[in-house]
Amino acid sequence: MKADATLDCIGYYCPLPIVHTARKMKELRPGEVLEVVADDMGIKEDLPNWCRQTGNEFLGIEEQGGQYRAYVKKK
Amino acid sequence: MTQPRAKLTVILFSDSLDKVLAAFNLAIGAASSGMDATIFFTFWGLNVIKKNEGGIKSKGVMRRMLNAMNRGGTKRLPLSKFHMLGIGKWMMGRLMKDIKFPDAQELLEMAKGLGVKFVACTTTMGMMGLGKDAFIPEVDTFAGVATYLSEAGEARINLFI
Repeated sequence: MKADATLDCIGYYCPLPIVHTARKMKELRPGEVLEVVADDMGIKEDLPNWCRQTGNEFLGIEEQGGQYRAYVKKK
Repeated sequence: MTQPRAKLTVILFSDSLDKVLAAFNLAIGAASSGMDATIFFTFWGLNVIKKNEGGIKSKGVMRRMLNAMNRGGTKRLPLSKFHMLGIGKWMMGRLMKDIKFPDAQELLEMAKGLGVKFVACTTTMGMMGLGKDAFIPEVDTFAGVATYLSEAGEARINLFI
């Protein structure tokens, strides 16, 4: 999936990926897509729920070798 | 009463490091999700927002003894389990560092940076003989139950830790 920006959250656990995502999303313009790379499996549930709470759109998540690439579209 | 909105309040009663981490984690998560968040520090929880440096001034033998034994500050919080005179806490600190998890002071600063509101309980302050000068400048308000209830009444999520 194509993204406008990438955020590296490898090695970080809750709540840091969410904190960093929220901070990074402020730099994006509406409609742009952020790619979040993480290895805490909590991201699979946490990021969709963060999107539901904040109104941003969760586009999907890919898992490969214990790493997750999640995509969030800024509202 | 106003309608409940996306807001979290936490009563932090404990000064146990593990519980303090949970409280900050929740408040930081809420603030990062566009919610308002307030932490009401009461009883032993006041230790979390005491200054790390300098002495605690108080009057009377009993209060001076209490404040010497109950010094507080983010750097002095004990674990609720396996503290083992600080050995367990040291080990927990190593494990936290191992997963790049912030310590209590870093979490406090992160929470404040995200706009989490800190309220200190004045009743406990009175009982323990603590003045405003015992606390860090990040405390927003010194108040009591009516302030907490007003904050909690407009929040959807209210927790006691």
